[in-house]
Order: sequence, then structure tokens, then C-alpha cells
Amino acid sequence: MADQQTKSGSDTTKNDTTTARTWQDLKQSDVPEGLWMRCPKCEAMCYKKQVAENLEVCPECDHHYRVGADERIEQMLDPGSFEELWADLGPTDALGFVDRIPYSDRIEKEQRKTGHKDALLCGKGFIKGRGVVLAVMDTRFMMASMGSVVGEKITRCIELATETDRPFILVNASGGARMQESSLSLAQMAKTSAALARFDDMGGLFISILTDPTTGGVTASYAMLGDVILAEPKALIGFAGPRVIANTVRQELPEGFQRSEFLLEKGFVDRVVHRKDLRSEVARLIDYAGK
Amino acid sequence: MSSMNIYELEFERPLIALEKQISELEAQNDPERSAVGIDADVDLGVEIGELRASHEAMLKKIYANLSPVNTVKVARHPNRPQTMDYIKAFVKDFCELHGDRNYADDRAIICGFGRIGKTKCVIIGHNKGKDTAGKIKCNFGCAHPEGYRKALRIMQLGEKYGLPIVTLIDTPGAYPGIGAEERGQAEAIAVNLREMSRLKVPIISVVIGEGGSGGALGIGVGDRIAMLQYSWWSVISPEGCASILWKTSTPETNANAAEVLHLTAKDNLDLGIVDDVIKEPLGGAHRDRTVAAAQVEKYLLGALRDLKRFKTNNLLNKRYKRLRAMGRTA
Repeated sequence: MADQQTKSGSDTTKNDTTTARTWQDLKQSDVPEGLWMRCPKCEAMCYKKQVAENLEVCPECDHHYRVGADERIEQMLDPGSFEELWADLGPTDALGFVDRIPYSDRIEKEQRKTGHKDALLCGKGFIKGRGVVLAVMDTRFMMASMGSVVGEKITRCIELATETDRPFILVNASGGARMQESSLSLAQMAKTSAALARFDDMGGLFISILTDPTTGGVTASYAMLGDVILAEPKALIGFAGPRVIANTVRQELPEGFQRSEFLLEKGFVDRVVHRKDLRSEVARLIDYAGK
Repeated sequence: MSSMNIYELEFERPLIALEKQISELEAQNDPERSAVGIDADVDLGVEIGELRASHEAMLKKIYANLSPVNTVKVARHPNRPQTMDYIKAFVKDFCELHGDRNYADDRAIICGFGRIGKTKCVIIGHNKGKDTAGKIKCNFGCAHPEGYRKALRIMQLGEKYGLPIVTLIDTPGAYPGIGAEERGQAEAIAVNLREMSRLKVPIISVVIGEGGSGGALGIGVGDRIAMLQYSWWSVISPEGCASILWKTSTPETNANAAEVLHLTAKDNLDLGIVDDVIKEPLGGAHRDRTVAAAQVEKYLLGALRDLKRFKTNNLLNKRYKRLRAMGRTA
């Protein structure tokens, strides 16, 4: 607590002419609620509109917030170039899965919340004039867990990219395979990886972008199979979740464990890229490696 | 619970009591060592016969209605045959090959050349270990990245020399540890999925015990996948699922999770995830290891014979179509 106060205190002195303020400042001001947000990392108060203009990155500490798929697509593609595909493909409760609530209820709730059928949006579009097939996972929908719909849409994207000779760009984020579809989810790992093998055989370019968090069955399949793998700063990336690991090994996890920079150091990520540079980095890679 | 002998599954207790009774009577009935206080003229044969019959009836009844959570317990039975048991039972002249040429030799996955029937094969299998020292050595069948990389290296040898690949799956899951993450557990599994989908030789997998998630799938992509009758295959263990979705893993939530995960062989057959179910001897593979091994061998011989007929292109197209069809959407 004392630590937090020191932090926000120093922020105020540093930024008194900018938009960042402390929580206390906000309460004193008459700014309508909902226009401001507090950065969960540095605790600075930020003007939401400015954060959005900054691609959902904290203007103060550069913390990359999680981004919904719609907004991400806007950030990534040339304006107006997105042509969504297979938007109607929805999940089904093939197993009659009931935990504390039935999966079918969960699906309905998440669909109402997000306005989307499942946890991935995809389609065709352009990045700085270069044609791509783009898929984006959305953590707002069941933590972007991968079930049959995510697996099927990604496979269709890869097949489309193979047929049309376009690079395939995938923005990953996921808590892992979707338990509610059990072995059907597990099978999506093999299905998508097999499609990527065929794409690879045809000389296709697959750029996998890892964002916070990319874990579990998604990491252990397509996310880690990029010809080039980019990661946003400080994203959590791993096979097992940190809590599971801590419980298994019963020791403290090293500083920065399973973060983008850690994976870069260990050799599993090509580049850590700031969100503002993603478009130009992808375009540059396409110029080197795309058809 | 804690005093329970680990070899004794709770739902098998009445069976084990009967077995004890039978062996006691058998000892008494043995004229060589007729026990004190028993009239040597009494023939216990009839009684023994009756007990045996009721034992068999009970066994049939229990195993005909085995719940998913009890199926998982059978799949984990300490006496259940493991990869090395099957190799010893029907693989001739097994030649183990070690190491991923990169970091280590992971004992959680065993690889090598061997003959099944007359067919030269590559054989890959999870290794759980038996006694405490053995289990620790192979990390209870939980492989590290080097295990998956070793498996791929040896499978690629199989491709190079035109040898079909047989994998035996039996793992609670890939190991969730610091070193495993540092060395790219996810990447190692992912690469195996991609590469196995395009290896130019037949690949047959049999789930012999536990098919725990990505760690199982990491050597389980191919042309045919079969499950032994009382093995399990799922995206997560019932305990893992219970602790996430029910917030706590108790016998009750574990049973619920096992139920909804549809992890039995029959469930996975119905879902189109596996192609075949291999029948186990009455009361599970641990009751008759010889018969269990004979069943697996018979299945492999049949699958090897079938797959040999396909030209490489056909084989790979069929493999892709098989994977491509998996999943259910609306």
C-alpha cells in the first residue's frame, strides 16, 4: 500500500501537465465518470479517448492493455479493408457439458456480452496495401478459449491463405483449449497444425503475434508455429499457467518468467514489438518473406 | 481413504475380499499343506467353484457399469501394463535410441526400432515407471520438451528409412515446470503436431492408459488412433478440470468432471476422435496382462497391414481429412 502511494505520488509530480492524474485528483475533479480509467500497472489516471488513440497502450507506462478483436482489427488493417468471413459459425454444446452452469448458457451469455458468436474474428484485408488473411482472438469471449469454432475458423483461414497465396496473420490471446468441448478442443490443436504444415509446404508465410495472455493448447499448437513469431511487450506466454507451475514445483518463479522478454531471451520469439509498430513490422516481414 | 492400499481400487474391494477368500480356501484344499483344524476329508472344491462364479459375475457387473471416474482409476492402476510391458510382450529385438541431440535424454518417452510381427517399425511410448526410483527417473510419464524432440527425431528416422511409426500413449500430461517452459514445452509439442501430420510413413497410436491433453497429443497425431477400453483421453485431467470449473478438486467434483469431459474410449469413439476401441480382458488389462498385450498386438498387426496398402499421397490426404473433420460447430 505504501508502495502504491509512493508510485502514484511520483507520477503526479512527473505528469502534472499531462492527462495522467492520481485517483485522489480524479475524485476532486468534476470529470464525468466513464471517461477516465486507471492504469492497472502504473495506476495513473488516463483519459480513455487518449488511451484508445494510443492503441490501448498506457500513455504513461506503455503497459499494453488487452484489446477486443474488433478494435484490434481496426488497429491492424488499412481502414475499411476488412472483409469478415464465417461470422455465422457458432459453437454447439456437443457434450451436454454442465459445470456450475451449462455450457449452452455460458455460450449465450458470452454471445450477448460480446455480440460475437465465439472467440475469434477473421477475414481478408490489407496491411499497408499488402493483402493478408487475418484472424484475431478475443479474450472477452470465455477468455478466448479454443474450441471447435476457433479451430475451424483458423483452419479455414489457413486454407484460404494457401489457396490465395496470401500471408496469414494471427493475433493470439487465449487461456488455452476450451474444457467444455473436451477432446473436440484438443483435436483442434492437431487440425490447425496439420493445415499449417500444408501451408508451409506451399511456401506460405505465417506470422504469429502473441499477446497477453497466450497459454495452454493455443501456445502448444498454432501460436508457436509462426514462421516469424512476434510478441507484444510483457505478455504472458506459456504452456502451463504460472499458478499450476508454482503448485507443481513448489518454489518461487523467476522474475519475468513466461513474459515476452523471457521468451525472447530463451529463443522462442523473434521480436518483441510495441503495438504502435506492429503494422509496419508485419508489412516489412511480408516484403521480405511474402509472395 | 489414506489407509487404503494403492493397489486396491475402492470399487473393487468386494472383489478383492472374495479373491482373498478363494485363495484361503484353495490353500486349505491343498492336500499337500492341509491346514491345522480342517478335516482333510472335506472337499472344498464345490465351495471354491461357487465363489469363483460369483467373483466372475461381480467382476462383470462392476466393469459393465464402470463410471468415468472409475475408468480413470483403472487407467492409472499401478499394475496396468505400461509401454515397456507391451514392448517386452510383442516387440522383437527392440533397439532403444536415446536423446534429442540437443539437451538430454528424457526418460518419460521411450523411443527405438523394433519388429512387430514381421514389420520393422519405429516405436515411441510414454514411460511412467514402476517403483519409486523408476517413477522419479522418468518423471511419472510427464515429458519435458526434450522428450517430444527426441520422439520427433526418431520418428523422422522412421520416415527416412520407410518404417511405420507406432506410438503408445500413457501420460497424465506434459510436465508443467520451470525448465520445461524455459526450453519451450509448447513449441516442442506444437512442432510435433505439425510434423507428424506430414511424416510420409504410416502412424498408428494406441492410448494404453492416460491420454492427458497436449502431452498425449504430442505423440498422438497420425492415421489411426485406438484407445484401450479403460483408458482415458481428454483436454484436461478430471482433477485439473474440477479445480478450475468447480474451484476445488474433491472426489465428488472429480467424478462430475470425469463425467462431463466425456473422456472414455466409447465417448471418444462416438465423438469421432478415435477410430477404434481395443477390448480389454474382463476386469481390465491389469488382471490379465498377457491377454491385454495380445489384443494390442493384434490391433497393431491389422492396422499396419491396412496402412501398408496406401501410396504416400493417399495416406497423407486421408490423414489430413481425418483431422480436418474433427470438431462440432453450429
